[in-house]
Amino acid sequence: MMDSKKYIVAFLITAVIFGTAIFVSNILNQKKLEDVRVIENRVALDILSSETQFALLEETSCSDIGPGFLSKELGSLGEKLTYAENQTDLISADLEYLKRSYFLLEIKDYLLMKRLTEKCGIKPTFILYFYSTESSCDDCERMGYVLTAMRDKYPDLRVYSFDYNFDVGAINTLVSIYKIEPNLPAMIINSDPYYGFYSIEDLETKVPAIQRLATTRTKALKEATSTLETPTN
Amino acid sequence: MDIQDIILYVSLFISLFFEVFLLITYLEVREELVLEKRHLAKDIKQFPTVSIIVPCFNEEKTVVSTLESLLKLDYPKEKLSIIVVDDGSTDNTAEELLKFKEHSQISILSKTNGGKHTALNFALEKINTDLVGCLDADSFVNPDALKKIIPFFDDLDIKAVTPSIKVFEPKSVLQYVQKIEYSWGIFLRRMLSSLGALYITPGPFSIFRTQVFKSLGGYVHGHHTEDLEMALRLQKNRYKIVNSHGAHVYTSTPAQLQGLFKQRVRWTYGFLNNAIDYREMFFNKKYGNIGFFILPIATVSIFTVLYTVGNVVWNSLSRVFDAVIRYRTVGISWEFPSFDWYFLNTNVTAILAISAIIFTFVILYLSIKMADGKAKFSKGVFYYLVLYIFLVPLWLTKALFNTIFKRQISWR
Repeated sequence: MMDSKKYIVAFLITAVIFGTAIFVSNILNQKKLEDVRVIENRVALDILSSETQFALLEETSCSDIGPGFLSKELGSLGEKLTYAENQTDLISADLEYLKRSYFLLEIKDYLLMKRLTEKCGIKPTFILYFYSTESSCDDCERMGYVLTAMRDKYPDLRVYSFDYNFDVGAINTLVSIYKIEPNLPAMIINSDPYYGFYSIEDLETKVPAIQRLATTRTKALKEATSTLETPTN
Repeated sequence: MDIQDIILYVSLFISLFFEVFLLITYLEVREELVLEKRHLAKDIKQFPTVSIIVPCFNEEKTVVSTLESLLKLDYPKEKLSIIVVDDGSTDNTAEELLKFKEHSQISILSKTNGGKHTALNFALEKINTDLVGCLDADSFVNPDALKKIIPFFDDLDIKAVTPSIKVFEPKSVLQYVQKIEYSWGIFLRRMLSSLGALYITPGPFSIFRTQVFKSLGGYVHGHHTEDLEMALRLQKNRYKIVNSHGAHVYTSTPAQLQGLFKQRVRWTYGFLNNAIDYREMFFNKKYGNIGFFILPIATVSIFTVLYTVGNVVWNSLSRVFDAVIRYRTVGISWEFPSFDWYFLNTNVTAILAISAIIFTFVILYLSIKMADGKAKFSKGVFYYLVLYIFLVPLWLTKALFNTIFKRQISWR
């Protein structure tokens, strides 16, 4: 004998589980986007604060610039956006807006850093990295790993990554300023273009700006080791 | 949403629906189970005459123990007869059987090899007891097994009763995996019994009214699964089959992967091909739960399991592949990753999969409790959780392939 009531109850319970899963997933995904939005706001505020500080420099000296002058959160923001891109359930319109904001914040940070370089004569190393999420760029994933590892290794290195095919006017302007060909991955390291995949070793040996960073780091490490070895009294 | 997402959602919905359905059934029969445990096998007023057929082909290692277990059955001796059929064994089975030559309860028959169903039919022709059962020559019965089956026949509508099958003395990792799988089977069969949807009367100790064979005929080849075909034939003729979950039978199981793989390919192939033979039962309300729900879902689940496991394996492989690329590009990162909930997978499918896994654990807990009397986390559970998901697709794929391309399979 068939108990159709049982089928209906089982169906309803399953439907409720499905509904709950969709609801919970939506809430959590919204929360994630909200998190990204909060970080973006914080980065925007950091940049505004730096710009204001920079404007004040006209009246003060470069020595007033502290170590936290440029925003530290751009890196983690980028990682979160990359992860969100791979989540199929996130609302793409929201995500696109956040990506757009992220790229613009990167460009603002980059411009600020350049002005700082000119004004104060400091020589920071920066990489403008152009990638593509399309399958045509086989080496982009590997290049991404290398640049993340480089950023961890050299905290002074600033990496700004841009989706080459993302339709943002400012990215297009950057592409035309540096005359970047669609031969991805592409990097602009201290104004010089580099195309294709570069390993960490390649970057450290073939790119003068990174070579300098590597030498400075080795020196600093040696000094730190000798300080530890030499008794102070 | 692409086609892959839709298949995944449908698979998850079907799995969840089936689990919810089973749990509702369990809640319904809970009290029945307690009553069965308390009263079954007590105060049996009338003992019907019973014949047990033991078909054997090259079972020299186990047949003696099988027969000894039958002789130890707590049942009036004059009401129980055992018929052993040597189906043309080429090992020492015949010599082993000679040990029972003089035993009054045991008759020994021999014939040229023709397969299990022919051995059973050979014995069935000579039987005139009220009930008849079969016991594979690699299985052993608990002394109270028959007594726990007989009371069900008080209901004249019941034509066959199946037992609970357990793994005999597991030793290898795979046997421990099967021990848990069989516990799951004990739970499932008891639930299917309540739904009137049992679709196997297993070789180890299913008992029938002898009349069944007179009216429906003997066993047939049934794509190497004559026990499955027989159950479907009973169901098609609206004969009632129930399960006595307290009647325990122990069976020898394959210790190595090759043996297990062959056995499971045979079972799955047999199910698929018998399902094709009995396709008119599908979605047919006339046959109740078995036609409307159980047969279709058992068939669909072969595909959903393959798809879901394929998906899990594919995703895991692509993660491993990414990790390898990362390692080859930048080496190992020794930094301990900091926990951030942001990077947890919060997709709908992930949440649904977690729900299905929770239900699976609940059913697994109930199954082990039902099979062993208490549930505890044993090494069998560990092996089962780690290995089973990778084992099942192996035989499902092969059986499906053989069915689609009409390739024959072998018994051993």
